Amino acid sequence: MTLIKEHLVRSTYDNVGLSKSKSSEAVERVFEIMRDTLASGEDVLISGFGKFCVKEKSERRGRNPATGHDMVLGARRVVTFRCSPVLRNKILDDDEATF
Amino acid sequence: MNKSELIETLAKSENLALKKAEEVVNTVFGDMEKALIRGERVEIRGFGSFKVKKYDGYQGRNPKTGDIINVASKKLPFFKVGKELKDRVDI
Repeated sequence: MTLIKEHLVRSTYDNVGLSKSKSSEAVERVFEIMRDTLASGEDVLISGFGKFCVKEKSERRGRNPATGHDMVLGARRVVTFRCSPVLRNKILDDDEATF
Repeated sequence: MNKSELIETLAKSENLALKKAEEVVNTVFGDMEKALIRGERVEIRGFGSFKVKKYDGYQGRNPKTGDIINVASKKLPFFKVGKELKDRVDI
């Protein structure tokens, strides 16, 4: 099963005691704030979960694997995620049977 | 930005008490964490998705000494950036 926003909204409604529409708005806003922050070039650190980092990639030479032609890939900005060691250990310690 | 700044920003923009905003943020990340521990995927449209990847153990060598060592299998969470976030960050 995949966890989606709808589950987070229901959980917020059940646990925080906000109305359905307010829960939906608040959950959406959490991700909107993180998107805005990352778009401004600032990292987002959620202790115990992980860190979303904005990385500047410089221009590099690449190759189109289909045609073999050389090409220049322009500089770009990407988001990377580094898992918190706390979460990593929790995932690692969990029973192998889930796989 | 750290978690408490995220909570403050959420409280302001949604006109919530700080305590409520904190509960919302803790619920969101707590639920995502629990799903990943269960080995489930997390998919947040417009932001990204998380998936736990499993790596088999293998026999490796210590490059310095040449000794054979067993590298245990491991599970690591991976984040794939969603389209909207990717487009907004890249300028």
